[in-house]
Amino acid sequence: MPVSVANSQVVYDAIKGVGVTLVSALPETWLVHLIRMADEDPAMTLVRLAKEEEGVGVSAGAHFAGVKSAMLLQNHGFLQAINGIVGVSLLYKIPLLMLITDRGSFGEKDPWQTEGGKYTRPVLDALHIAHDDLSRPDDVQPKIAHAMTLAHASLSPVALLLQRNLMWEEPK
Amino acid sequence: MDCLRAIYPQLEDCAVVTIMGAVAAELYSLGHRANFFYLEHAMGLASSIGLGIALSQPDRKVVVLDGDGSVLMNLGGLTTLARSRPSNLVHVIFDNETLLSVGGGAPGGYKWFTTATSAGTDLAGIAKAAGFPRAQLVRELEDFEEAALDAIKGDQLTCIVAKVDAEMPKSFLMDVHMLENRFEFPRALQSKGGMNEHANR
Repeated sequence: MPVSVANSQVVYDAIKGVGVTLVSALPETWLVHLIRMADEDPAMTLVRLAKEEEGVGVSAGAHFAGVKSAMLLQNHGFLQAINGIVGVSLLYKIPLLMLITDRGSFGEKDPWQTEGGKYTRPVLDALHIAHDDLSRPDDVQPKIAHAMTLAHASLSPVALLLQRNLMWEEPK
Repeated sequence: MDCLRAIYPQLEDCAVVTIMGAVAAELYSLGHRANFFYLEHAMGLASSIGLGIALSQPDRKVVVLDGDGSVLMNLGGLTTLARSRPSNLVHVIFDNETLLSVGGGAPGGYKWFTTATSAGTDLAGIAKAAGFPRAQLVRELEDFEEAALDAIKGDQLTCIVAKVDAEMPKSFLMDVHMLENRFEFPRALQSKGGMNEHANR
């Protein structure tokens, strides 16, 4: 599977580097290595969700209990979780770090991903959720650190969009 | 209300997460504590918040006070709880078979806004089938009290579905702002001296 193991590791190390010890996730192709890394790491609590909105609640609970967390989700999962993001994170001012795979952008071969891809950024913008793209390995660590800092300073959700360039390696 | 009164003293050292509406108002009316968090929206996510707390503070007992309408909005969450299986979480579901809080002006009164449990959906059965090691249905106050106190003292993920009357609380008034509650709750959970130093208001 041409999902980049090396860059998944860079992202995983960056998440751990900002103190995250709980990750909630729903599998998607680009996330397989990240989720496996969380699963294999005895220092990480992995919550396997049935639906992404639950992860917003799990992260809120972790925050209340003094634990830093992150959500791994696809952009359709983000769209699925909107009510929780509005009704928990935004309403109650709770920091939330979301790592969202940016499916449906240039280069997308799966027709079913293309529609959701069009709305990810407009919906983030509509909710005034600060977001940035992760496309180069060198940017991953500082951007994740900055995102986490802003999430806690602003008591808000923040999003990093995992790009094709970072997560996918075309077979040679 | 009688159910809450029966377990109220045992909630002192727990992290308590309630749903909106009657459950929140009635627990509040018994006496607010800093270790109570009232989720005033986001129906279905009370148990998810409870799961996040339970996994993050394994030595703390977490009690989620849920309702049939909310649980039906997040049935998948029962499978997530069962899969994560935190031994320190008790999931209480008050099943009044209605969406009580919204129904005041409905034709025939609030009892008109029924949920699927009024037509036979068995939430305890669903919890058990989802993989909860313990799930039970209770209909009498004494049975609820025994089951709930047992679960709070115990160390097994437990779901208790309590069939209750669909009665409006005397008042929905809660003199604690959502954000006040949002900030005092983690302070209580994270205070080194235990929760009670912040609990008295």
